[in-house]
Amino acid sequence: MIEIEGVTKLYKMGSETIHALLGVALKIHRNEYLAIMGPSGSGKSTLMNMLGCLDTPTAGRYEFNGKHVAAMSDDELAEIRNREIGFVFQTFNLLPRSTALSNVELPLIYAGFSAQDRRARAIEALENVGLGNRMTHKPNELSGGQRQRVAIARALVNRPSIILADEPTGNLDSRTGVEIMELFEQLYDQGNTIIVVTHEEDIARHARRIVRLRDGLIESDRPAD
Amino acid sequence: MKIQEIFGMSLSSLAVNKLRSILTMSGITIGVFSVIGVMTTVSALRGSIESGLNILGSNAFQFQKFPSGFSSGGENRRKYQLRRNITLEQGQRYQRLMEGIAEVVSLELYDFTPAQAVYQNRKTTPDQTFGGGNQHYLAANQYAIETGRNFTEGDVELARPLCVIGQGVAKKLFPAETPIGKTIKVRGRAYMVIGLLAERGTSFGQSQDDIIIVPVSRFQMEFGNERQSLNIATQALSQEVYNETIDKAITAMRIARGLKPEDENDFELFSNESLIASFAKVADAVAAGSFVISGIALLAAGVGIMNIMLVSVTERTKEIGIRKSIGARKISILTQFLIEAVAISLAGGLVGILLGVAAGNGLAVWMKASIIFPWLWAAIGLLVCSGIGVGFGFYPAWKAASLDPIEALRYE
Repeated sequence: MIEIEGVTKLYKMGSETIHALLGVALKIHRNEYLAIMGPSGSGKSTLMNMLGCLDTPTAGRYEFNGKHVAAMSDDELAEIRNREIGFVFQTFNLLPRSTALSNVELPLIYAGFSAQDRRARAIEALENVGLGNRMTHKPNELSGGQRQRVAIARALVNRPSIILADEPTGNLDSRTGVEIMELFEQLYDQGNTIIVVTHEEDIARHARRIVRLRDGLIESDRPAD
Repeated sequence: MKIQEIFGMSLSSLAVNKLRSILTMSGITIGVFSVIGVMTTVSALRGSIESGLNILGSNAFQFQKFPSGFSSGGENRRKYQLRRNITLEQGQRYQRLMEGIAEVVSLELYDFTPAQAVYQNRKTTPDQTFGGGNQHYLAANQYAIETGRNFTEGDVELARPLCVIGQGVAKKLFPAETPIGKTIKVRGRAYMVIGLLAERGTSFGQSQDDIIIVPVSRFQMEFGNERQSLNIATQALSQEVYNETIDKAITAMRIARGLKPEDENDFELFSNESLIASFAKVADAVAAGSFVISGIALLAAGVGIMNIMLVSVTERTKEIGIRKSIGARKISILTQFLIEAVAISLAGGLVGILLGVAAGNGLAVWMKASIIFPWLWAAIGLLVCSGIGVGFGFYPAWKAASLDPIEALRYE
């Protein structure tokens, strides 16, 4: 489903050029549960941004469901993000002044759904993550775990091809973190494709396959124990 | 992505910063208020004047030493000051010459300072119009007798110490009795009231009922001085002979003034048309001035909107990043911020129009003009406000739409 080959990414920082990725090749299939690991500076954030179509590679090939992403315009990328990718962030990234329901509805607004369909699908998504009774709460009225569930509901609501989670438990205590990972497990069992970027071994162990990055290159790519 | 959804987003984020939105709005409101207020007043006055508010009465015209206050600039002041006054004798001669041409020839003398009338222990305020007139004064000035009688030719010829008074004077001096036959004092001189005028109300902010008129000959005898110059109002017999009457009147006036054929006219002619034209000239100048001032105010307000939108874009960088990460296109973000700017501008403009129309009509009503709603100006106002919103909101909105999603998400 995802196929990248020879992907490099260079950043210019002042007069210095930073090589964030130095030719990465990766294939991800439908209903995989993948963890991307690596120390900071290894290029894992860059890779995640690239996989999430927030960024395009400097060189190399990126195919998403057979579409060439590397050459896409900003608006085409926005559409891919909207329809194919569900982001889950470390800091949740909910709109603070909107209710849980409005937050979950947001991707559907940009997808052009009618108000009625939006409402129904957002409610369904929130019920799926166990927040059927918290829909009218704003983020600051919810606990960290609940906020992350809202974020996961938002990621799921447009039925994306992959869920891309960046340190999803980084801002949560370990018990809540375990709950969130159990939720990912359920989503995986329901047939979703999940990519988790993390530096924690405990979190990575939930995945079925672990890709380790170091200095912009893939160091290892093998099934989890 | 539907436009009404973006509308909702824009309005709800304006609601979050209510005070800020209102303050930014108020700049637009002030600019729009001033121009709409002025245009409403001017349009209302112009409408009233053109639709038959006859300043001089129908088919009437007037001779005076000085041109109308509307158009007298400073540059020619001296030329007019050097003119000879129009004397009562000249006026009477003119009147005789006009016999058979015009029936109503009103000779009027006024003091430059208003007066106070006294009856026993009661007094009016010291701002009464006080002047001298002949038997045609009332007709020429659209007054009617309510009780009592008008001056007769004999009263004027013999300069009898009589007067007619307006309702305002009567109410003050004679709250519970008839004024007819009573003797009042003005500037220490005694006059017997022979007529009470019917109520006229106010015009251009001035009460028409605070008035005392004595025979013009009596007025000249008691208060005549070298600064006074006669006003002569003449009414043509009909609209058909109006222009002809004016031609004859100018000739009569030249004879009365003793001008040689080569001399220029040393008097001014007023007609309703000339007064309307000179009012229109002033109105245009006022309108042009208010346009300039409003334009500057709106420009400043537009810069204010741009400023606040730039602040807003910076503050909401993270929000923009989130929206982009879940699939907002450039155009969606651009539209959202543009609508915010236009909404501020339009709301400010709407309030400004309402306030301006209210204030303008208030002023118009005070000046006895009828109420109008300046649809055209209101529409132009809203159009200009939308333009300001789009014009000054575009750069901030474009900046927001062009943010890099990764950078924006990282922003704290």
